[in-house]
Amino acid sequence: MSTGREAILGRIREALKLSAPMPGDHGPIAESDSDHAHPAPGAPAEIRAWLPPVGANYEENAAIFARNSEDLKTAFLRCPTRAAAHEALQKLAAEEKWARVAFHQSPLIDDAVAALGLPALETKFGYDVHTLERCDAGITACDALIAQTGTILLTATSAGGRTLSVLPPHHVVLATGDQLLPDLSSAYEILARKYGSALPSFVTLITGPSRTGDIERILVLGAHGPKQLTVVLVEE
Amino acid sequence: MRVSLMVPCFVNQFYPRAAMAMVEVLERLGHTVEFPEEFTCCGQPPFNSGFWDEARPVACQALQNFSDAEVVVGGSGSCVSMMRVFSPELFRGRKEEQLAREVAAKTFEFSEFLVDKCGVTDVGASFPATVTFHDGCHGLRELGIKRPARELLKNVRGLTLIEMTEAETCCGFGGTFAVKFPMISTSMGEVKSASICATGADYVVSNDSSCLMQIQGILDKQGKPIKSLHLAEVLAKQ
Amino acid sequence: MNSTASSFLDNAKRVTADLRHRSLIQNALKGYLVKRDEKKAQFKDWQHARQTAAEIKWDAINHLDRYLAEFADKAEANGAKVFWASSADEARNYILDVAKQHSVKSIVKSKTMTGEEIHLGQALEKAGIRVVESDLGELIVQLREEPPYHIVFPSMHLTRHEISDLFQKKLGSEPTDQPEELTMIARRAIRGEYIKADMGISGANFAVAETGMISITENEGNARLSTALPRVHVAIVGIEKIIPRMEHLALFLPMLATAGAGQALTCYNSLIGGPRKADEADGPGEFHIVLLDNGRTQLLADPEQRDALHCIRCGACLNVCPIFKNVGGHTYGTTYQGPIGSVITPHLRGLQQWKHLSQASSLCGACSEACPVKINLHHHLLHNRRNAVGEHAPFFEKIAMKIFAQVATKPKLFEILSGWARFGEKLIGLVRGTRLDPLGAWTRTRSFPNSAPKNFKEMWRERGTKVEAKP
Repeated sequence: MSTGREAILGRIREALKLSAPMPGDHGPIAESDSDHAHPAPGAPAEIRAWLPPVGANYEENAAIFARNSEDLKTAFLRCPTRAAAHEALQKLAAEEKWARVAFHQSPLIDDAVAALGLPALETKFGYDVHTLERCDAGITACDALIAQTGTILLTATSAGGRTLSVLPPHHVVLATGDQLLPDLSSAYEILARKYGSALPSFVTLITGPSRTGDIERILVLGAHGPKQLTVVLVEE
Repeated sequence: MRVSLMVPCFVNQFYPRAAMAMVEVLERLGHTVEFPEEFTCCGQPPFNSGFWDEARPVACQALQNFSDAEVVVGGSGSCVSMMRVFSPELFRGRKEEQLAREVAAKTFEFSEFLVDKCGVTDVGASFPATVTFHDGCHGLRELGIKRPARELLKNVRGLTLIEMTEAETCCGFGGTFAVKFPMISTSMGEVKSASICATGADYVVSNDSSCLMQIQGILDKQGKPIKSLHLAEVLAKQ
Repeated sequence: MNSTASSFLDNAKRVTADLRHRSLIQNALKGYLVKRDEKKAQFKDWQHARQTAAEIKWDAINHLDRYLAEFADKAEANGAKVFWASSADEARNYILDVAKQHSVKSIVKSKTMTGEEIHLGQALEKAGIRVVESDLGELIVQLREEPPYHIVFPSMHLTRHEISDLFQKKLGSEPTDQPEELTMIARRAIRGEYIKADMGISGANFAVAETGMISITENEGNARLSTALPRVHVAIVGIEKIIPRMEHLALFLPMLATAGAGQALTCYNSLIGGPRKADEADGPGEFHIVLLDNGRTQLLADPEQRDALHCIRCGACLNVCPIFKNVGGHTYGTTYQGPIGSVITPHLRGLQQWKHLSQASSLCGACSEACPVKINLHHHLLHNRRNAVGEHAPFFEKIAMKIFAQVATKPKLFEILSGWARFGEKLIGLVRGTRLDPLGAWTRTRSFPNSAPKNFKEMWRERGTKVEAKP
């Protein structure tokens, strides 16, 4: 196997002996300096300067998140207390006639699921996939909410594995106010800060409920993942 | 300014009035117009077909035609692109590269010359008609010209400009492409024609005669009464 | 003319004559353009974003040896098995071996153009393994036994009625004209496949050197399910997919979504860094990454066109290409359609065999303008034309060009011949509309202008005499 590696890397090194013009520059092709003088491009500050604007404070970012959620067809519920969040969940469960939910052990989730008083499947230590498939909702925590794009950041560690947030027809996310971030660059900063070099095996950015436009470019929700996505923001 | 006019072969043959209109407008603005009669072609046909060796002597002659010019002005975004963008690439690393870069730096498309170089947006023209404007791709994307022609048209007395939705979409000409792949070229022309007709304009105006040859060709075949005019022909009307 | 070129011409003829097909594609892409422009406008500065994206990819591609080694080392440290495949054959054989080792009977696949490139699905099916495409569009074209029509919108050439008929025939569903109902039919059909499959196969949109993780962009959730439920996950990754750092995704993900689908961000952007970890609830027990060269290093060796490896496969160049919009995706006969396909296919599969794609362009440049990583696509078409002529120039065209160059460099001769043209067109007028018409390729569908009674040179000279005669 290492021979394959050496063969490809060898061809690459050979190919790179001639240097290519920089983007936007159609200057002459020259011998390559092995280490070019340009600083590495794409620092977060540079990226932030071009991406869509974000709010200056919590309230503004919450408003941007709300606006993006509306466009994406994500239900976004702001709740002043945990108790209010539990109530909102109970209302949702009643409206949609949930019979069974799935969740993962986590401080924010445990109480909420207990308050629902429904049969519940816990995924943290392994589960039967058929049982998970029959659950009406998957309730998870997350790592962050991102105002800029109306996105949820979660990982296999923060959200009970890879499947809980995608297999049941309704994904409910519980988040706290301090988890609301302005932009994508801050999401990657949080990941690095929280996990260091030991990132979970799975990290995902969720932006709205599952969708497709593969038939005549017409938007349909719930292609393979959840048809509904609800974000409950506990702002206490 | 002393303006050297670049009149491409097909304009000389089929559309001399467009070139003469440029002369009239430039002289009206006080410029001295010169016309190097030995100029035949910028070299684009062989260049675009991949025959760079055959393109070089033609392009080199064109460079020499204009080596003493103060500024070179052309009425075709495509030929101007050849002089400004592709000639330097064609002669890269060769002894003519310096000359190619010098000529490139003083070559302008007609509307660009008037508006960006001379700061003129009103040439005193009058043309009571409804027109729509087609952006030639080379002018638009190789030279980055979109605004100048519109500013000039805005100041033509009596003229109404109605933008078509596909103004920036290629008409399908593309030089030898038009005869190597006539079915694709024609389909593209039909999209263009539909967009032109949807505006209800009487004239379709452009700053590239080669596009207009394709567009008029399609419109005629479809029996549409819309006529094509080079921008200079509109600006020459008083 | 070779067979790929003649089938391109035949198909182009057929599709350009099919007004229904053309308007289906053109209308779909009109909707895309509106959304894309809306999302582009939300960027503080889209043009600078493109420049930064191009510079990051330049850095990645021009130091590919370093970043690729870093990626592989990190991925292996995360528990992934990395296989370096020089060719399509090596990649297929490796994946077949992995499937055999795990006694794989059924595979669920999420969309991978690299998988299409190496005809992976066919190879697995030939080995007796059940392969199900999970992406809706890919499933549709799989059921039709045809290749994807577009690298991002594989089934955009079909109407709901055609899809309904297909599902009736192949999935035994009831007829419907509701896209929503059709989507649910596919959802129900594929659900069980995720659970049943022994192996999940995916591509990757990016490979992050810093963390050794792959990034997968999707909207449907099928890639998430395909990479979570089966016990083995194999990802096929072209070596050009490298980006140096995770934080670069903050730029590339929104740009890919905006340019590719007119979305601010696609629904799911997942990073996968290895098999299930000991403290994680689920995930495959094995994760294989196949790094594929398959001609890419050949393109890398051409500094003039190296930036074609910056491509993030967003499909924007197809969506704005007037050629694509009039000939459709299948006409190209390539894995990668549209301008990017016309640029890279000659490098990956042979210049003489695929040079016609570079000729079938008006060089309008809409592709280069739309490209989020600023690949100089339409100039590369010119480079391919030059390279093709340099290798092997068609005899008659070469003669014609030589004559043209001879005449055009002799202004007097040029002028005499221009005068004769007026006479010539009278002769041509006699055969217009017949097979003898040398301008037939033009005049069958377009009028051709007549020479002006006086050409510009004559008008200019007359004018000069008049001016001189004045005083």
